[in-house]
Amino acid sequence: MKNVKVYSTPTCPWCIRLKQFLLENNVAFENIDVSSDQAAGEEMMRKSGQMGVPVLDIDGQIIVGFDRGRIKDILGV
Amino acid sequence: MIIVGAGPAGITAGVYAARKKLDSMVVSLDVGGQAAWSGDVENYTGYQFISGPELAQKFQEHILKYGNLLKENEDVVEVGKQGKLFRVSTDKAVYQARSVIVASGKKSRQLGVPGEKEFKNRGLTYCATCDGPLFSGKAVAVVGGGNSALDAAMQMTRIAKRVYMLNINNSLSGDEVMRQKVEGSGNVEIFNNAEVLSVSGGKFVSGIRIKQPAGERDLAVEGVFVEIGLVPNSSFVREVKKNGYGEIIVNARNETSVPGLFAAGDVTDVPEKQIIIAAGEGAKAALSAFRYLSVNRFSGNG
Repeated sequence: MKNVKVYSTPTCPWCIRLKQFLLENNVAFENIDVSSDQAAGEEMMRKSGQMGVPVLDIDGQIIVGFDRGRIKDILGV
Repeated sequence: MIIVGAGPAGITAGVYAARKKLDSMVVSLDVGGQAAWSGDVENYTGYQFISGPELAQKFQEHILKYGNLLKENEDVVEVGKQGKLFRVSTDKAVYQARSVIVASGKKSRQLGVPGEKEFKNRGLTYCATCDGPLFSGKAVAVVGGGNSALDAAMQMTRIAKRVYMLNINNSLSGDEVMRQKVEGSGNVEIFNNAEVLSVSGGKFVSGIRIKQPAGERDLAVEGVFVEIGLVPNSSFVREVKKNGYGEIIVNARNETSVPGLFAAGDVTDVPEKQIIIAAGEGAKAALSAFRYLSVNRFSGNG
């Protein structure tokens, strides 16, 4: 089972779509709301080297944005 | 038939096409278009209040009720006509259709200054609603003077330490109510007649250079929110008549200068860019396309 973290804000449409996609594919994930947790926001910036949401962390592999192709490859769904 | 774009216009066209039993498909990079990026929607009849992302979700559910008609994550790069057939090329495939509805909407206008591309998502963003919270306690600049800029500034006054509004005109152009709210919040400074020259920084944005009548000036900011309006996504259709803004010219039946090619919503020269208007235009375009396909009675290989 892969450790999946989603860094997101509640208002960004791509974050919503990404989370929906994970739910549809039965992928368990931890949602980290960077709008209410500044430290988490900084962690996201450090990991991804940028400030846009969403950011996906799959066992340390970082994906910026809702890159469906790469997410599918890594998760094997 | 192929519909390009899955905003209010494209999805509604798709629903109408499905109900007319046309063999159709909606091709789009995203679903919901700009509607998905709006905060609160309070003027779409039937919903006294709904958020942009929720409305986009409803749109998607509605079209999927008619089957898997949605090709998402595909960027249409060219639409051209060969004989009686249209060729729709995307970054992933090439499709053919007898009729095409362009409903590709608009996208954020770019500043076109040095540093804009390099710092995109490294402090520079076109979506205050999405990325705003990451700038908590920082100094940021909002570029623009209209309602969307005021909206972004308003959101940022609650999050950021300091907000600079950089407006190229000599006064803000948005609604009076919004203007007063922004001007009245303690941490906003408005620069009129201010032209952005460049965005700079190291790994992330650290400053912005502006030019005012009094001279050039550098502001230390960690965030730059670009809110200077929108441009139509129409460059992938070359052989169609457009107006000076790049909007596709349509008549009351959503016909363009190319027979069989229809357009709807914000990408067209129809006045007033509203979710409900785009949806209505999409419906009209689908019905016109249906009429076109029946009258021309395509047979065999077209």
